[in-house]
Amino acid sequence: MDSLQGMIDAYPWIGDYLLPTLLLLVQIVLIVVILLLSVAYTTYAERKVMAAMQLRQGPIAVGPFGLLQPIADGLKLLGKETIIPAGANRVVFVIAPMVTFLLSLVAWAVIPFGDGMVLADINVGILYLFAISSLGVYGIIMAGWASNSKYAFLGALRSAAQMVSYEVSIGFVMITVLLCAGSLNLSTIVESQSGGFWKWYFLPLLPMFVIFFISTLAETNRAPFDLPEGESELVGGYNVEYSAMTFALFFLGEYANMILMSGMTTILFLGGWLPPVDVVPFTWVPGPVWFAAKIALCLFVFVWVRATVPRYRYDQLMRLGWKVFLPFSIFWVIATAGYLVAFDLLP
Amino acid sequence: MIVQALAFYLFAIVAIAAAVMVISARNPVHSVLFLILTFFNGAGLFVLMGAEFLAMILVVVYVGAVAVLFLFVVMMLDINFAELREGTLRYLPFGALIGIILLAELVLVFGAWTAAPEAATFAGDPGRMPAAPTNTEALGRQLYTDYIYLFQAAGLVLLVAMIGSIVLTLRQREGVRRQRIGDQVSRRRDEVVAIRKVESGEGI
Repeated sequence: MDSLQGMIDAYPWIGDYLLPTLLLLVQIVLIVVILLLSVAYTTYAERKVMAAMQLRQGPIAVGPFGLLQPIADGLKLLGKETIIPAGANRVVFVIAPMVTFLLSLVAWAVIPFGDGMVLADINVGILYLFAISSLGVYGIIMAGWASNSKYAFLGALRSAAQMVSYEVSIGFVMITVLLCAGSLNLSTIVESQSGGFWKWYFLPLLPMFVIFFISTLAETNRAPFDLPEGESELVGGYNVEYSAMTFALFFLGEYANMILMSGMTTILFLGGWLPPVDVVPFTWVPGPVWFAAKIALCLFVFVWVRATVPRYRYDQLMRLGWKVFLPFSIFWVIATAGYLVAFDLLP
Repeated sequence: MIVQALAFYLFAIVAIAAAVMVISARNPVHSVLFLILTFFNGAGLFVLMGAEFLAMILVVVYVGAVAVLFLFVVMMLDINFAELREGTLRYLPFGALIGIILLAELVLVFGAWTAAPEAATFAGDPGRMPAAPTNTEALGRQLYTDYIYLFQAAGLVLLVAMIGSIVLTLRQREGVRRQRIGDQVSRRRDEVVAIRKVESGEGI
């Protein structure tokens, strides 16, 4: 211990740069490992829950209750050959899955897992999340174009148009939450909801909560808005030409985005890491556990929707986004702002 | 400080290299992708200057929306690359001229530029700095109090541009069968379904 202190004194750059960098790296690795494990078991949970809803058993063969199934799937994809189509634009083709995967990881830097448990507590956290989620479209559109295949290209175009459309209403929903919280910092937004579940924003802003949730379904290309990969007409959408690890990166990115969107819903509307009631048995449970439980609840609804609702037709999807959600969310922004100003409730 | 300097040089070099690639890439789609990289590094430079709100808005607006539309258009075009190359030399003088004019203007602006006069007085007395904890809040206060009319005017200009582009591209075609969602939703069972008893061996 003495020698370590001596070394830090002798070389100030160790204490100034090296140790903080190492600490940061450890935190990043921890977040990424936990995230990837959650992604693996989200796929497992999705298959099990959908199986239960459809009176099937789901994965049961690998390990007890099929618990090792996601790991077996990952290893299988790892062992396969990456095929790059002859007419493909090689560089863009390979970069596209990396972009998707990277963006789905990078967003987690600003997510507060508990009180003060956040990698980068930046003042514009919510804008950062919005920016990262709006970049997600690039991985898909690059994949579709670089594949040099009609199906992939059509899937990518659909996906891009859909994501750009629903981002607009997501933006307005965020603005209403910002008006109520009075800050762009995610930790502050969560803290402004403290005091019990009736103070969480999902109750006072119920219509916006519903719009936000439906928009996140569209933004992550999930059922009932999974037209980009509508297998009945497009074979598999933008990722038809991808195989092995390149496909796995898309898959991981998609599920990590689902978890991220659930996390955003939790932070904006369900009180983040806060317990539902501020009394003793609930406050004993640590914040990250509440956060994870709320994310799991959102993910369950994602799966539930996928198992129940039929796929939208494309023109209906666009109509819903532009002609229903957009005017309604603009109206609600104005109504919320008017209410807050009229009753002098602005934070 | 060293880290910030390194980050600055990284962002700056990548931004300039990507900007050069935008105009020199053979494939227009690659050009747009390099343009996105340039925007991204510009946002990084904003963050280094402490303008985090502007950085995020740059990414949301330019990278998230404008560049997507560029990419859409460029991907849809059926371009003959060889033909495109031929014109380059012809347009070079114009491009150079515009570049030189822009550079001269930037030099002029930079030479004549001083920080806002009020800001200079704060330099000696930090206690008199306007109380705005974050950059976003400071920007919002400026925009919505001092410059509210200009801000509204800018919004009106954008509205006019939007209406103009809709008017230019809207065309009314005759004989198009449109879907009316309202009619479909308000349709009742007894309007469209009739149950008949059909005797065997006979038609309706």
